[in-house]
Amino acid sequence: MANGAAALRTGWRFQNSMGAIVQFENVGLRYGTGAETLSDISFSLVAGAFYFLTGASGAGKTSLLKLLYLAQRPSRGLIRLFDEDVVTLSRTRLPGFRRRIGVVFQDFRLIPYLSAYDNIALPLRVAGVDERDLDTPVREMLEWVGLSARASARPATLSGGEQQRVAIARAVIGRPEILVADEPTGNVDPEMAARLLHLFDALNKLGTTVVVATHDIHLLSRFPEAQRMRLERGTLSDPTGTLRYPVRQS
Amino acid sequence: MIAGFRQTPADRKLLPDGRFSGAAPWVIAIMMFLMILAAAGGLGLAQAARGLGSDIADKLTIQIVEANPDAREVQTRAALRELSRMAEVRRVRRVPENELKALVEPWLGAEAANGDIPLPAMIDVTLARAEAAQPVRLAIGQVAPAARVDEHARSLAPLAGLIDALKWLAAGVVMLMATATAAVVVLASGGALNTHRSTIDVMHLLGATDLQIARIFQRRIAFDALFGGGVGLVAALVVLLLIGTRLAAIGSELVGSIALPASGWIALLLLPLFGTVLAMTVTRFTVLRLLRNRL
Repeated sequence: MANGAAALRTGWRFQNSMGAIVQFENVGLRYGTGAETLSDISFSLVAGAFYFLTGASGAGKTSLLKLLYLAQRPSRGLIRLFDEDVVTLSRTRLPGFRRRIGVVFQDFRLIPYLSAYDNIALPLRVAGVDERDLDTPVREMLEWVGLSARASARPATLSGGEQQRVAIARAVIGRPEILVADEPTGNVDPEMAARLLHLFDALNKLGTTVVVATHDIHLLSRFPEAQRMRLERGTLSDPTGTLRYPVRQS
Repeated sequence: MIAGFRQTPADRKLLPDGRFSGAAPWVIAIMMFLMILAAAGGLGLAQAARGLGSDIADKLTIQIVEANPDAREVQTRAALRELSRMAEVRRVRRVPENELKALVEPWLGAEAANGDIPLPAMIDVTLARAEAAQPVRLAIGQVAPAARVDEHARSLAPLAGLIDALKWLAAGVVMLMATATAAVVVLASGGALNTHRSTIDVMHLLGATDLQIARIFQRRIAFDALFGGGVGLVAALVVLLLIGTRLAAIGSELVGSIALPASGWIALLLLPLFGTVLAMTVTRFTVLRLLRNRL
């Protein structure tokens, strides 16, 4: 037992030395007094890798992502982000961690009374970027997602696909170290879905760790090199242990 | 703390500028209207109390109540001589007989004032200092046994006490109004926070700090408070001008002494600004306290 614990501790150090940016160890999540939504989740995400999180509806994908982007604290277990324990992290330190994570929400969560431009600029404004330094990156991002002509449009006047692209632009404009996307292609046609995934891929090649939750089988087949995590009824299937102890990357 | 109130252009863009939302600005306007009226009343009464105190503290009236005119005159002259010798006395004036008759005429009629009823001789005394009343009383008692010494401060003490109590009552009302305004702001802040819950959640997840979010709400409530304070101030000034003209029409010296000094007017004009700062401070602490309960 003692050896096991020592091995585990050694394992953590090994993971860190490999560049693990996220570590979950025996994490459980329970809402209220109900049954556990997530049980015994253990995995490590290597910095700069691309992951797909799959699973049927209700398997717990969104709950797992919430833990990842610090919208929720787990009921039990250990979560380390950027080599720090975030389960016991004080509230005052959370904003600093959250600014390093970009999130594409399943329901977009755009601010309804801000234009597409201002929605995309929001993370930079939150981070205190000067207004003079803000215009160029926001315009570039609008162009990147093909919405330059819709810069001043409010979310209510945008189509579902356009809202999704604004949400993606908002998530990546701050050049996050981790990008978390919850069903980011759910509201777009297959062509646009592929295009968005290539945007993620481009960002990943710049060094961002990308985690995309999806149940779109066709999407997975387009990125065979991406690693896959599968949730089944709140449990992560990892029979070979490669998610928990990923192989050192050359 | 002051740095916390500072808002960068970026902060201002996080949410739309504050608009006059809901009932809060109007409730603040009513509170400010009442607060300014109460403050004006308190400041006016304080001025009147100061004026009354300085007017009467050093004044005495000596009455020689003697039915025999010759004896009354002898005692009056003796009292005047004694008073003119005393260092504690600054000014002595014998009230002329025609003034005395004019004083009693409204009460006793013209015939009564024509010599059928003996009137006491009266001497107005201004002391060098208010504490000299007792030595004067003793000295006069020795040379004029029929003398009655009336200290104005003592006889007007109940009125001065009433004015003082009303002044403190006005101050209490101002404090209560400020507390009620703060309570309204607490409720308005809580409501606004609930209304914008989803936006706040998104901002939190994008890395916004509680202080950044609190600043946005401070700015919003500042608009409401400035608007409400301005409306309340204008309404209160109109009422005060109307009351001022009514008081002037009475023509009473005592009522006329209830006036606002220049510093009082400045204080009234500053009250809406005080209300705005109060509202911003309360909003800041309310929002920060409520956000502590969220992740």
